[in-house]
Amino acid sequence: MRVSFNVNGEDVTADNVWPGESLLYVLRERLGLPGSKNACEQGECGSCTVYFDGVTACSCMIAAGQAEGRRVRTVEGLAQGSGKGPERELGTVQDAFVEAGAVQCGFCTPGLLVQTDDLLERTVGAGLPAPDDAEIREALAGNLCRCTGYEKIIDAVHLAAERHAGTGGGA
Amino acid sequence: MAATTRTVTGLTSTTKDGVGASPRRPDGTLKVTGEFAYSSDMWMEDMLWGATLRSPHPHAEIRGIDVTGALEVPGVHAVLTHEDVPGEKRYGLEFQDQPVLAFGKVRYKGEPVAVVAADHPETARRAMERIRVDYAVLEPVTDSRRAAMDPDCPPVHEAGSLPEHPEFNQRGNRLRHQPIRTGAFAEAAGAAAREGAVLERLRSEAAVVVSSEYEVGMQDQAFLGPESGMAVPAEDGGVDLYVATQWLHVDQRQIAPALGLPQDKVRLTLAGVGGAFGAREDLSMQIHACLLALRTGRPVKFVYNREESFYGHVHRHPAKMRYEHGASSDGRLLYATAEVVVDGGAYASATPAVVGVASSLGIGPYEVPNVLVDAYGVYTNNPPCGAMRGFGAVQACFAYESQMDRLAAELGMHPVDLRIKNALSQGSRIITGQEIDMPLPMAEMLQRCRDLPMPPERGALPDPGDLRTLPGGVAGTTRGEGVVRGVGYGVGLKNLCFSEGFDDYSTARVRLEVVAGEPVVMVHTAAAEVGQGLVTVKGQIARTELGVEKVVIHPSDTQVGSAGSSSASRQTYMTGGAVRTACASVRAAVFALARERGLVPGDLPDTDLALAGGKVVSATAGALVSLADLLGEAAQGGVVVEETREFHHRPTEMLDPLLGQGASHTQFGMCVHRAVVDVDVDLGLVKVVALDAVQDVGKVMHPQQLAGQIQGGSAQGLGLALMEEILVEDGVIRNPSFTDYLIPTILDTPPMRIEVLEHPDPHAPYGLRGAGEPPTLSSTPAVVAAVRAATGRPLTHAPVRPEDIVGIDL
Repeated sequence: MRVSFNVNGEDVTADNVWPGESLLYVLRERLGLPGSKNACEQGECGSCTVYFDGVTACSCMIAAGQAEGRRVRTVEGLAQGSGKGPERELGTVQDAFVEAGAVQCGFCTPGLLVQTDDLLERTVGAGLPAPDDAEIREALAGNLCRCTGYEKIIDAVHLAAERHAGTGGGA
Repeated sequence: MAATTRTVTGLTSTTKDGVGASPRRPDGTLKVTGEFAYSSDMWMEDMLWGATLRSPHPHAEIRGIDVTGALEVPGVHAVLTHEDVPGEKRYGLEFQDQPVLAFGKVRYKGEPVAVVAADHPETARRAMERIRVDYAVLEPVTDSRRAAMDPDCPPVHEAGSLPEHPEFNQRGNRLRHQPIRTGAFAEAAGAAAREGAVLERLRSEAAVVVSSEYEVGMQDQAFLGPESGMAVPAEDGGVDLYVATQWLHVDQRQIAPALGLPQDKVRLTLAGVGGAFGAREDLSMQIHACLLALRTGRPVKFVYNREESFYGHVHRHPAKMRYEHGASSDGRLLYATAEVVVDGGAYASATPAVVGVASSLGIGPYEVPNVLVDAYGVYTNNPPCGAMRGFGAVQACFAYESQMDRLAAELGMHPVDLRIKNALSQGSRIITGQEIDMPLPMAEMLQRCRDLPMPPERGALPDPGDLRTLPGGVAGTTRGEGVVRGVGYGVGLKNLCFSEGFDDYSTARVRLEVVAGEPVVMVHTAAAEVGQGLVTVKGQIARTELGVEKVVIHPSDTQVGSAGSSSASRQTYMTGGAVRTACASVRAAVFALARERGLVPGDLPDTDLALAGGKVVSATAGALVSLADLLGEAAQGGVVVEETREFHHRPTEMLDPLLGQGASHTQFGMCVHRAVVDVDVDLGLVKVVALDAVQDVGKVMHPQQLAGQIQGGSAQGLGLALMEEILVEDGVIRNPSFTDYLIPTILDTPPMRIEVLEHPDPHAPYGLRGAGEPPTLSSTPAVVAAVRAATGRPLTHAPVRPEDIVGIDL
């Protein structure tokens, strides 16, 4: 089948999609967007988290056909600049994760970035106070990380919230 | 240009982003933009997908395999069985006992039997369903203690089918039996009746005796990036493999013979690794992908899904342990006995090394004059077990630390005081007779850990009714009734780097040249970056040693010598040591060139020279020449200085097979934990409130990454304490998914305060001590001890289960 949707602001079409494929598979294997990771394929780990019509969701749990006509935003769409490669300007959350040491193997990172971006948009981005530890933990409870013990991730979220509030937004 | 200050003594310099600083990881930007190429992200236009048919039985004879139905499926390009393995049919890390593809028998559920290459993963899966394997099911051997002790237990591997290792005291399903005897037990060694008499005498002399059985469950490494990679056939008849592994060269050493190819025709490049923790020490899809690529002439990609990953790698050995300790009335340990049985499953993997650790460190960091230890590693038809962070030491640590707490309780002593009373220190000998010839400030660490600030009591919280602070969380299982707080301590002793006579080394190639007017260093090693941040540390070392700002880390591959494994907390020590050694050679060559050009005053020795701020500098004469001027632009015929060096750590010895004596370890590491927990004693739920640690690392190379290692290791130990166990019934894994095998989430993991000590090890580069594993040892017993303190239950099984807490026998 053919599936057409919008990814990171760009209209895309995937052909010859087997109906059993997930949105995650289509992104990774058909659209050249491998940033979203497949670590459990059953919605338990959050590594494949994307925005789906503005709501965060595990893309492994979305059938390819369900994406028809929808808007998807992946980790590849989080950067502020439009350039490709490591020189392009990182978004606030991305930069904070590197700076705070929240990235080790990095496999959970794309999902955590999307989920953190969403948390900050809902809080500091909406003029509300920055999230405290307990709020951060609840918001990120669906994202497994095996390397860090989460402490540096919490540091990164605080850092990003501080800068987000300071700059008035932007992932 | 970098802000550079120089210490005049020696050649150390404090360079921006050098050793001791916390520069950003060089792969960080790619990892947060989604552009970092993990092994599962490999993609080529004409690639095929590989898939693996696995045994549904833990033990069965294979009477026949018919692949014709699978080959008829449109889109299928190859279906291979053991008959298609052109070279060695078996491989293995230590023993060559594991079939590339099963022949004759399958020995565990999940063992690879056939592999398929097809144009879509779903096509491959459907083809696998059409492979007909005729199995005659056999009774599996699943009881590890029976495998160790019962001479009538059926053998998992037929007698005489594997190479013999007499130094490991093999018998039947015993892969290795390592005894250790010291003190009065050494005098009675080898005669069971005399050993028994010694034990009776010691018991009668002890004021307090505690004994118990303990179990540690099978833990999964649960890295997030599943086994994956791509093999690309090459024009020279060889193959290029892009794979996530821990040790490229040991993979190459096992893959090439199976393919019937010389080593240099099998070239490996490290693809992005999504965590490892020991699970990538053994091969998974490597040979299979190469076989299919060579057969089809097309690139072949494998990506295991999570369920397959549970079958596709080895796990932490489950252990059954019996411990007894006797002490005097003032708390001094008089004797200890331990029997440790670790279940190796169907194939050896790292089991012999695990036994070597579990025995030599079986009593932990305590002075005990009379010791009797027997550690066994056995074959069964359970899933194969091998390396996981802290192997062998993690299991024993749970048992000996539980024993220390029981002793302290019997004696009415504080658990920290009992430990300090019996603590090892520099100059002590462990039970193998090996002297600890480096600082081991155990008593200080325990004191410091006890003195760390406590988290507020529940009653002192701003809102004690906040569900998020309670066991069970916002599920609302409790509003605080039945919640009891407990505090517990744990200490662990871990060997770092490889042990028991292995010639452990790493190789580094370092190149210095001038590009666009600026000195640039390239560091090339084969070491596996698995997330720990070795890529950062390699750059820091090069900056510090060569006084340059710009360092490029070459991708890790087999075009340079072996780096050894990213295991045993050894890479900063070993590959760090190799990079440092190669840098020293580069530096010497630069000094020689400067002298040759007459730029160094004749009476200045090399010890007066250094590289700093991109210049050759002298402590007495100041800046002599810039590297840019000395070397000249590389692209215009300038000098390129390149040196390749190996770094070996000091030799170690095998343990003798009778008394278990020998200096088998390179270095010792230690972490101390204090856990604070709130337990819902009615529902059996635990919330860890704090998990604080004190660790001595000799030298902090990168403070931020070090914290990441300690906190990450502590969290994995917390998982083993409270939730992580692969449940195996009759040889079958019951919970191969992240729905049923739980690892700590951010809600399960508490704030983790860390205090780091730096007592340098005089034998190690920069005085450093491997840091990744020790926290994984001590956090488990600390958490369980805290739950014991809250509940009063004995809790002899890790992980603690809710039914253990409430005292229900299910």
